[in-house]
Amino acid sequence: MSPDYRPPQVPPVDQVGVEERAAKFAARSIKRESKVSGLERIVSMIDLTTLEGNDTPGKVRMLCRKARRPLGERDCPSVAAICVYPSMVPVAREALEGTDIHIASVASYFPSGQASLDERTDDIEDAVSAGADEIDIVINRGAFLSGDYERVHDEIVAFKKAAGDAHLKVILETGELETFDNVRLASQIAIEAGADFIKTSTGKIKPAATMPVVLVMLQTIRDHYLKTGERIGMKPAGGIRTAKGALKYLAMVKETVGDPWLSPDLFRFGASSLLNDVLMQLEKQRTGRYHSERYLSIS
Amino acid sequence: MNDIPKPREQLFGDLWEYSTAPQGSEFVQYRDEYGHFIDGEFVDSEEWFDSTNPATEETLARFGVAGEETVDEAVSAARRAFEGPWGSMAASERAKYIFRIGRMIKEKAREFAVLETMDGGKPIRESRDVDIPLVAAHFFHYAGWADKLEYAFPGVDDPEPVGVCGQVIPWNFPLLMLAWKVAPALACGNTVVLKPAETTPLTAMKFAELLQEAGLPDGVVNFVNGAGDTGSTLVGHPDVDKVAFTGSTEVGKIIQKTVAGTDTKLTLELGGKGSNIVFEDAAIDQAIEGIVDGIFFNQGHVCCAGSRLLVEESIHDEVVSKLRHRMSTLRVGDPLDKNTDVGAINSEQQLDKITRLVGVGQDEGCDIHQIDCDLPETGYYFRPTIFTGVTPSHRIAQEEIFGPVLSVMTFRTPSEAVEKANNTPYGLACGIWSDKGSKLFDVAGRLDCGVVWGNTYNQFDPASPFGGYKESGFGREGGRQGLLDYMKHS
Repeated sequence: MSPDYRPPQVPPVDQVGVEERAAKFAARSIKRESKVSGLERIVSMIDLTTLEGNDTPGKVRMLCRKARRPLGERDCPSVAAICVYPSMVPVAREALEGTDIHIASVASYFPSGQASLDERTDDIEDAVSAGADEIDIVINRGAFLSGDYERVHDEIVAFKKAAGDAHLKVILETGELETFDNVRLASQIAIEAGADFIKTSTGKIKPAATMPVVLVMLQTIRDHYLKTGERIGMKPAGGIRTAKGALKYLAMVKETVGDPWLSPDLFRFGASSLLNDVLMQLEKQRTGRYHSERYLSIS
Repeated sequence: MNDIPKPREQLFGDLWEYSTAPQGSEFVQYRDEYGHFIDGEFVDSEEWFDSTNPATEETLARFGVAGEETVDEAVSAARRAFEGPWGSMAASERAKYIFRIGRMIKEKAREFAVLETMDGGKPIRESRDVDIPLVAAHFFHYAGWADKLEYAFPGVDDPEPVGVCGQVIPWNFPLLMLAWKVAPALACGNTVVLKPAETTPLTAMKFAELLQEAGLPDGVVNFVNGAGDTGSTLVGHPDVDKVAFTGSTEVGKIIQKTVAGTDTKLTLELGGKGSNIVFEDAAIDQAIEGIVDGIFFNQGHVCCAGSRLLVEESIHDEVVSKLRHRMSTLRVGDPLDKNTDVGAINSEQQLDKITRLVGVGQDEGCDIHQIDCDLPETGYYFRPTIFTGVTPSHRIAQEEIFGPVLSVMTFRTPSEAVEKANNTPYGLACGIWSDKGSKLFDVAGRLDCGVVWGNTYNQFDPASPFGGYKESGFGREGGRQGLLDYMKHS
């Protein structure tokens, strides 16, 4: 490590206290109008995601169609972005032409990040040149856990440069960092290295996003805003499958970082099955009853 | 709120507002009037008083006022039960009754929670998630002790119950304080005459109905309603063997004088002026939650409330700023709304007291910060309030306000923190916030108070004893220690 890098000073985090606080948001009762407007807001915040080895152009086109008109002919906001592997970016770009839906691509040898720095930055540049305007990268967890925070920082700086004008979302893979103290430090390093968003997980490791982890990340974002005036976005990803669960996250955002973050510009859900559950609940609110899943198109 | 210099504020607006989420109350049932509950029956009263819902100022029901004769009947019924079926019952059978009470509380939990909120003004979230679950837990815990008392008192072969217990409880946790008193008394084989607080007698009367349903033998638990005079008659009754009181230090002192020179056993759980001590190396965000919970839980009507905040000087501005941001997200209003964080002040009288003491704080030159929120037009409400610039010689740092009002002071070293925390006639509870375990345990050992929480606040468990030092009282409730004063043990 070079002597001039000092990892950021972050306050300690008490696990019991974080978990208790997160549980209180889960006890919020969100009914009627607040439920409908919350669910619509959630749809507009979704990064509709497919990151599988068996993804094909057909699968991605299906997803893009769903992203544009989640409820077919009925009124419903479109999702925030489609999130795919770099090889699928051209397909998504064509399918989403003429829409405001962003194209997010994972890059930097997602999900492990186990490749040389050049390979990882090349991966990012390829995704950007193929048309992605948001890049989701993974941090070097091996370097982080061995205490080489400078390397973690410098790599993110390099990724940011490779991404150019594309929005950079930095995945911490909190399930591998394990402690809240690690999550807080990694969040701060990512923010200082130039992250536009910080993101919990790849979705390939369990646990993925949890309310307590996201609370710690939101508190880091809030403190950074209070100190600098800069607003960093937050993206929980993986494990959020129900509308009810997503509404609890929204309550946590509202009461932790406040109104500016209740927007797809600063808050996203990385999810796939969440969308249909939200749509199901929206239809329930509209008609007063649940319909069968078979009325919702798959995505 | 007043301005503390700080470059940026957080924006908690109404971009996405929660709709009202009222807990339904149509299903709860209660009578128009309750006299007293003596020898297994509800009995009439000559005098009456009304109990109101502090959130709406509407009358809920009227309750009897017990004079000397009624109190005497209740004590006699308790004596008969003690010398009769209850006293001769096998401990394992006693345990079954206590366990059954706990189970029935669970079955009727939502009804009890709603009634507790209607009568006392506390948020439904608290009565539903804290009060009533703890009530059931206390009965379950003490059901387990009933036939194992010789293990609670090693060396005593055959521990005996005290006899008839006269118990007087406060209005801040009505049913929970009832459980803290009744469960250990029954476990040890005693019988009970209890006087609920005059502003919150409703759940005790519903509890009496539950006892009828549970088939508890007549006279084992009796309730006399009324205010201070009734309480005074009860604790001074010559056939009461043990008095247990939870309430103000002022009344506690009167009770102690009343029983002085008699062989009546006494335990007192009185007021407090607890400190939350926050060190520089604390987990700040979690400490903020603990501070908020310590003073705004149950509108600050908590004897162990952390009503003094002692914060290390180096982090004072950061803590106050974060605390103010956090306070601005508190939802004050209808206690029956499931999203309400701070409900109604228990009574007009208590609201007057809080208002008066906050006025004293302002007159003495402390800086007041109150959250900017709409309050309901009817009902008794008070905005969550903090005072900065407070020193130990200010009255608001000394007197128990028993409301949502926090006094913020600073310290420079652990010794100064301890000195300031102990600089009070009270000694009930304190919280310490530090990520450094050795410092936390060192400071905990130097505090003169019955309960010390480390990196948390307001945690209650039936297995853990609770009670005070100094003018916060004596005797312990909860756990094995909670059995001690309900037994004769030589």
